[in-house]
Amino acid sequence: MADTDKKQDISELTKREYKYGFTTDIEADVLPKGLNEQTIRAIWAKKNEPEYMLEFRLKAYRQWLTMKHPTWAHLQIDPIDFQDISYYSAPKKKEKLQSIDEVPPEILHTFEKLGIPLMEQKRLSNVAVDAVFDSVSVATTHQKKLAKQGIIFCSISEALHTHPDLVKKYLGSVVPITDNFYAALNSAVFSDGSFVYIPPDTKCPMELSTYFRINTEETGQFERTLIICDKNSSVSYIEGCTAPAFDTRQLHAAIVELVALDNADIKYSTVQNWFAGDPESGKGGIYNFVVKRGKCQGANSKISWTQIETGSAITWKYPSCVLIGDNSQGEFYSVALTTGHQQADTGTKMIHIGKNTRSVVISKGISADVASNAYRGLVRVASVAEGARNYTQCDSMLVGDKCSAHTFPYIDVGNENAQVEHEASTSKISEEQLLYFQQRGIGKEEAIRTILNGFCKDVFNQLPMEFAVEAQKLLALKLEHSVG
Amino acid sequence: MLEINRLRAGYGEAEILKGISLTVKPGEIHGIMGPNGHGKSTMSKILIGHPAYAVTGGGVTFNGKNLLEMPPEKRALEGMFLAYQYPVEIPGVNNAEFLRMAYNEKRKHEKLEPVDPLDFDELLNAKMKFLGMDSRFKERAVNEGFSGGEKKKNEILQMALLEPKVAILDEIDSGLDIDALKVVAEGVNKLAGPGNSLMIITHYPRILQYIKPHHVHVLIRGKIVRSGGMDLAEELETTGYDSYLKEK
Repeated sequence: MADTDKKQDISELTKREYKYGFTTDIEADVLPKGLNEQTIRAIWAKKNEPEYMLEFRLKAYRQWLTMKHPTWAHLQIDPIDFQDISYYSAPKKKEKLQSIDEVPPEILHTFEKLGIPLMEQKRLSNVAVDAVFDSVSVATTHQKKLAKQGIIFCSISEALHTHPDLVKKYLGSVVPITDNFYAALNSAVFSDGSFVYIPPDTKCPMELSTYFRINTEETGQFERTLIICDKNSSVSYIEGCTAPAFDTRQLHAAIVELVALDNADIKYSTVQNWFAGDPESGKGGIYNFVVKRGKCQGANSKISWTQIETGSAITWKYPSCVLIGDNSQGEFYSVALTTGHQQADTGTKMIHIGKNTRSVVISKGISADVASNAYRGLVRVASVAEGARNYTQCDSMLVGDKCSAHTFPYIDVGNENAQVEHEASTSKISEEQLLYFQQRGIGKEEAIRTILNGFCKDVFNQLPMEFAVEAQKLLALKLEHSVG
Repeated sequence: MLEINRLRAGYGEAEILKGISLTVKPGEIHGIMGPNGHGKSTMSKILIGHPAYAVTGGGVTFNGKNLLEMPPEKRALEGMFLAYQYPVEIPGVNNAEFLRMAYNEKRKHEKLEPVDPLDFDELLNAKMKFLGMDSRFKERAVNEGFSGGEKKKNEILQMALLEPKVAILDEIDSGLDIDALKVVAEGVNKLAGPGNSLMIITHYPRILQYIKPHHVHVLIRGKIVRSGGMDLAEELETTGYDSYLKEK
């Protein structure tokens, strides 16, 4: 029973049978479906959290009860029954697939063609062995190495015990629990996530990544990430969601909070390829509703978001920067690809408060088949933000004639000296362009890849090398059957 | 080398080519002349495999193989080249990288190692010099913002790199002033040789003064109504197509 529930987070949407889902590990830690104060208390108790967290969670929950599901997005969202979800389903052991045959063939195909690193290959083709636990130990290895420099890199549950003051100080400080519907929900029920603290005068010596950990927590739909970069420090963080979900439609409502103190520099990159649902019928896939926000609290601080969004049935997120410190900088580089029945409404918010704050927004939306792709962005300049500057470039590319692209820019300037620029364009990959490549002996697939790479170059350049390569391959793969 | 046999083809419901037969042998230069809208460009599109056009009858053999069965890129790799009348712009894709990609596809087809960017650059510089082209062509996106003349030169540059067996030049003189035309024609002449053939598609006989054809064909209403030598082109210079259009 419990295990079946785990596989049916939004059972109303779960039409596809998961034949082998119930065969393993019934003793996993799963709460019954439903959301009430008892649920919150149970999660708090199971995680053995400090007293203040119960207050935090209950406050968020009570707030959430008064809120309505937002309707402003350019998205068709099937109604979600929040009482039909199990809110604590972090199994001790990952559920094993019974055979390779259960992995959907298109996913197998994708990974074969991706030629992803051995570690990943091991994980995916590992149907019987718990390679997922291996990846946890990888993270731990980093942990020890990083700890020598005073860098804390651990799960947020762990941080609640080992560094309670830091967590208490910053959790909810960027995204308040009352911020919005999903922020309140996440604050009430989040199960785990990662915590990073970079001490003053420290350049984090390696890329930090949630790549492996996310796979451990296949059921972690309510993640919480908190990254604090202290004075004169820097960190580059990568969130890799290339792990496909084997399940049916799931709600993934995470919160990511970034805090940059004086002269700190945070770079946060995402390559998201959650299961997008069936390309023909649109069934299944992830609802990727994420709140990501960074606060440039200190002077001369910088936060840069780069996202490559290729998966999920629906992507709904606006990684944002609140530029409080003088001379602080916010950046947002995004490629959002929607194919099949996928929908995306994504963009950013750049809130200029400090003096001489600057922000850059480069958004590339690609839409194919019957997919819908919207850019929504806010640039707000407070009256006190002397010398603020923003540059926004927002390009859409359409593949075929049944898809759509939309742009919703909001500009709210309260200081007359601010410089705000917005450029937008829409283009199409045409049959004639592909034929031109082919006439020169270059196959269609390669042609598409080349045109897309050209289109997305400005964003790919922001990614760490190996991720840029992966992102390029992902885009080409996803579009393979959509052109021509 | 290229044998077109009673080829019928069209676009949508309309049949545009109504039975064309033409044999092109190695080393030959053919001029295909005729007024606009009578099937010259359609013929080139059929030969390169444009997906919007459909063959309704007849056949085409290229180097002994059935050309019509091959996808467009295979035709190109087998040595079929079209210098476009209106070259396609591809924003965001660097011209030099595009050229190298095409060149390496050909190498791959010939089971040769790909050429690295540095070696390719040398090769490209030589070819560009040969065609009197500015090196800034390399830095720009494929055909994007090129003038009419620059686009045509870029087509000939690709032809010079890919050394096709049969090159179709579709209205290569349109949009060129006389100096640019001379440069392009000179480039084409240097590329012509005993092993490869040219099909010059043109409305006006002017280009044929610079690239002298061995054979000239007049294409009217989807059929070749007359074939001859250079003298036919000269005759058309004075008479135009009116007499052909009146016939029925």
